[in-house]
Amino acid sequence: MKTIVEPYHGDRPPILKSGALNWMKNNLFSPWYNAVLTVVTAALVYILVTPLWRWAVTDACFGTTPDVCKGSHGACWAFIQDMWPVFMVGTYPSDQRWRVALAAGMVLLLIIATLFRALRKKRLLHLLWILSPAVIFILVRGGETFHLQYVPSTQWGGLMLTVFLSLVSMIFAFPLSVLLALGRQSDMPVIRSVSVAYIELVRGVPLISILFMASVVLPLFFPPEMEFSKIMRAMVGITLFFAAYLAENIRGGLQGLARGQYEAADALGLGYWKKMGFIILPQALRIVLPPMVNNFIGILKDTSLVGIIGLIDLLQVAFAATSNPKWLGKIEEAYLFVALFYWIMCYSLSKFSRILEERYQL
Amino acid sequence: MEHNIDNKPVMIEMNQVNKWYDDYHALDNINLKVRKGERMVICGPSGSGKSTLIRTINRLEEHQYGQIIVEGVEMTPDVKKIHEIRKEVGMVFQQFNLFPHLTVLNNITLSPVWERNIPKKEAEQTALELLERVGILEQANKYPGQLSGGQQQRVAIARALAMKPKIMLFDEPTSALDPEMIKEVLDVMRELAIGGMTMMVVTHEMVFAREVADTMVFMDAGKIVEKSTPKEFFSNPKEERTRQFLNQILNN
Repeated sequence: MKTIVEPYHGDRPPILKSGALNWMKNNLFSPWYNAVLTVVTAALVYILVTPLWRWAVTDACFGTTPDVCKGSHGACWAFIQDMWPVFMVGTYPSDQRWRVALAAGMVLLLIIATLFRALRKKRLLHLLWILSPAVIFILVRGGETFHLQYVPSTQWGGLMLTVFLSLVSMIFAFPLSVLLALGRQSDMPVIRSVSVAYIELVRGVPLISILFMASVVLPLFFPPEMEFSKIMRAMVGITLFFAAYLAENIRGGLQGLARGQYEAADALGLGYWKKMGFIILPQALRIVLPPMVNNFIGILKDTSLVGIIGLIDLLQVAFAATSNPKWLGKIEEAYLFVALFYWIMCYSLSKFSRILEERYQL
Repeated sequence: MEHNIDNKPVMIEMNQVNKWYDDYHALDNINLKVRKGERMVICGPSGSGKSTLIRTINRLEEHQYGQIIVEGVEMTPDVKKIHEIRKEVGMVFQQFNLFPHLTVLNNITLSPVWERNIPKKEAEQTALELLERVGILEQANKYPGQLSGGQQQRVAIARALAMKPKIMLFDEPTSALDPEMIKEVLDVMRELAIGGMTMMVVTHEMVFAREVADTMVFMDAGKIVEKSTPKEFFSNPKEERTRQFLNQILNN
């Protein structure tokens, strides 16, 4: 049967039925198998989430002493509240914790300032960002010269250490990986073979063994009076490890670029570094932004392996805190809390990358 | 558009140039001279080696035997020399090859600023003048992706001209364009020719060739089959292969 369709005269598209009820009808309950799926899923979520909710919220107890949790079946968040500073900074001396808090506050302020479009182009803000690592380092480490109590890196720990390790490794692994990726594509056989050998060698070894090597072997290469802190060794290990992975991602971007881009840059007489810096890398890095962020997330999570060489990062703090006699056996709470923090950090990274992707899409 | 170039200095000289891709003989004993101000059009069936030929002149392709001399400098693997020659030789590609992450203006000023050390302001002034010359001044701050093919190709020509090259190479500059955009690009090239630019153009646009060229070169299977003035080339081709090709292309 043929229906007659009238010509449409409006200059805007016709308004379709909308509203929450209509949306639900269209997306959740039609056709019939979709309705079944919706109901089953809802039931499953209910069955799984209710006990968790009861444990984590309804039956949970808050406070700062173990007594509040006596006889309760729920989560003992008092444990987290009490051990909060330890989760954040590890064994950092308690009377000096304000320094870490101050550093974190400053970074937070910088981030907030950067979120404002108007401030983003300001020279002062860029300068502050550039200075921030040094300021944070001085604040956290202290020392006579700055009239601050010296806190050796052996006392750094917790979330602070995790963030340090991942940020420093990311910042140093990135340029190194760009050089490796370029080296792998180089016309010069020596540079190419060295890059390939490095990448293949490092990729073929687990991070744990690299961390062991960094902590045991690295000091052998340097004169004994040069002391490397454990944290430094871990940073070097993680940086060297992830540079190899990142390099392979970046190589993908370099190869994904149309050959015409290389040829046009060549034909204009641009030298190698100008060609790479202005034409090739800006485009290649945009292409590989998603896998690169994937790598960064990997770095962040894999810093949890440093426990193996005796560093007390966020995960190790969880172990340590649950073996505190006062709070013995609060393992579920500790793990959940740590997992939540890792998730927040990784999710923020991935959100950030989505923003970058949208801003710099070709 | 005839003009006398016989006693002008030689800008490009190719002696017994050979090139292979694996076993495929892409250029077979090429001998050519291009004089200052000469407009040379190279045509031939696809795969005949015409693109390869002009790409050896700025060494986007390496030749494996023979001699290529550009402005008195012989093309060798010496990176520095290649560099200097490339700055003097502009090239326009079939696929435009603009840099998509830079504005039109930055596409044009990049090389003058960084390779010729021209102050940014001055380079931008030149770029705007060039854009006006190719008729798209109003597009200066757009990105290549926002332009039509014809506009992009005109930006590409402006970009090459910004280096103030002594020679311009065109590698099928209109082959990737919609028919209605071909004219705007050919007009720009025609104007360049009138201005006295030394040009080597690979193209199938025979009307343009007949009007603008001083020299026609016909290639097949990596060899130069015939080289003559456009008058002779179109009215009285000597080689059977040339006649065949012209028949095909002109009857289309």
